[in-house]
Amino acid sequence: MTSSPLVETDPGRVIARPEPAAKRTRKPLGPWLLVMPALVLLVAVLGYPLVSVTMRSFAEPDWGLQNYTWFFGTPVNLIVLQRTFAISAWVTLVCVICAYPYAFVMTAVGPKVRLVLVLCVLVPFWVSGVVRTLSWVILLQDSGVINTMLRGAGLSPVRLIRTQTGVVIGMAQVLLPFMILPLYSVMRGIDLRLVQAARSLGARPSKAFFSVYLPLSLPGVYAGAVIVFILALGFYITPALLGGPRSTMLSTLVQNQVLSLLQWGRGGAMGVVLLVSTFILLALAAPLMRQRYKQAGSR
Amino acid sequence: MQMRPMTRVLLGLACLLVAVWLVAPTLVVVPMSFNENKSLAFPPQGFSTQWYANFVNNPDWSSSFINSLKVAVLVAILAAIVGTLAAFGLDRMKSRASGLLRMVLLTPMVVPGVVLAIGIYAVYLDMRLVGTLPGFVLAHTMLAIPFVLIAVTASLEVFDKRLELAATSLGAGRLTTFRTVTLPLILPGILSGLLFAFVTSFDEIIVSLFITNPYLRTLPVQIYTSITRDADPTVAAVGTILLFTTTIVIGGGLLLFARERRT
Repeated sequence: MTSSPLVETDPGRVIARPEPAAKRTRKPLGPWLLVMPALVLLVAVLGYPLVSVTMRSFAEPDWGLQNYTWFFGTPVNLIVLQRTFAISAWVTLVCVICAYPYAFVMTAVGPKVRLVLVLCVLVPFWVSGVVRTLSWVILLQDSGVINTMLRGAGLSPVRLIRTQTGVVIGMAQVLLPFMILPLYSVMRGIDLRLVQAARSLGARPSKAFFSVYLPLSLPGVYAGAVIVFILALGFYITPALLGGPRSTMLSTLVQNQVLSLLQWGRGGAMGVVLLVSTFILLALAAPLMRQRYKQAGSR
Repeated sequence: MQMRPMTRVLLGLACLLVAVWLVAPTLVVVPMSFNENKSLAFPPQGFSTQWYANFVNNPDWSSSFINSLKVAVLVAILAAIVGTLAAFGLDRMKSRASGLLRMVLLTPMVVPGVVLAIGIYAVYLDMRLVGTLPGFVLAHTMLAIPFVLIAVTASLEVFDKRLELAATSLGAGRLTTFRTVTLPLILPGILSGLLFAFVTSFDEIIVSLFITNPYLRTLPVQIYTSITRDADPTVAAVGTILLFTTTIVIGGGLLLFARERRT
């Protein structure tokens, strides 16, 4: 059987295709041709370099797993690896805590206040990350604004620059928009009548919040947290400028091995560890994200 | 949602604090840029505009600014074209392949910057692309494509395909349909992708730090080296200029957008 009877039973499709013969031959190839330039560029400037780094991690100076046994056999590297994950976790936590009330208020206020709040998120988002880190250097340095304010409030000054705390503060501020925006987009879709229903059935405000609103907003928290954590893992500029030797992150070690010590193999092995951690995290987070879409679809 | 007055006040306060935390730190570059001394120590002393003059007159700063503009304009155009084509391709590809391809095309967003940077550096060393305009444009375009893809896909999703059908059924050719119906309707998506691509390139630092050399240095690289090398308040002047330009562009855009929606 040919496909012509099918077309006749579906008149809509006949109208949809004024030039069926030409389109049928074109269809399988056309979209691929459109995607091709982007794909070629990606393979050339992303795929090939990553493969080359991975190759070097196994091949330099000799073939084998030497760079990986070196990486996992050197305590300093393991400390830095652990610290990279710890700092990223702290940054994610700070971002969740700060972003949640902010995103909630964004959904609750009138359009004018919301515009101001959106502007407050977007302006730092668009201002160069290097400039924002520079302002943190100015603020956190030993005679900086923050310590002066602490002293004014009767508290003892804290050492902030070249410490892990300073790095977390700076990174969290740079990454906060990545938490606020997905959270806001989920919260905006929450039907507040559900909370009202819980209240009218006798739930206290806190109970209504924790058993109705919070679970509904969790997909936004997951999405934002995954983005922030993954971006934090690969952070380079902020830790390099705000941190000291005791807050080095993995990216700085990679850079050091390659640019200062010319150890391409070791630097490559570290890079591969960082890359693999990122993709494992993404794979673990994927089910959570998919759940989000399922929920959105069923609603 | 009904809230107790106390909760309301606390929430407002938390929100205000976060807003201050987001915006205020960056503003500190403004007073620093008028510092009389060559130092970044707080508080600044006196008043002088010498650092703005230095930005314009010192070739290190002015040429890096011009370089950044050059690269970013080329990247914006290239990424907008390549990204829009890809978005169209993926949109017409109603299969499992499109989902997979989309994920592949978005990977530049999640690959840790340093890993990518050493990879590109290694390849560029072999191909003699370090410190060249094509080298910068290629790397930044790759990094910018995901943003264009996201922006254009978003406007393709709300685009009513029956309009294309209507045009074709009225006798318009494929090209005419694209030019007179599809393009004007998804133009906002393409333009915001273009803007995103421009900013991505103009801000890009990690890959740029590796593939730069004394002959071609972009503005973020110049800022970074200046911060690490000496306490030159010119960085604060540059920061102030960038801050105000951004605020005007974004603020103006948002206001226009809000007004348009109201009418």
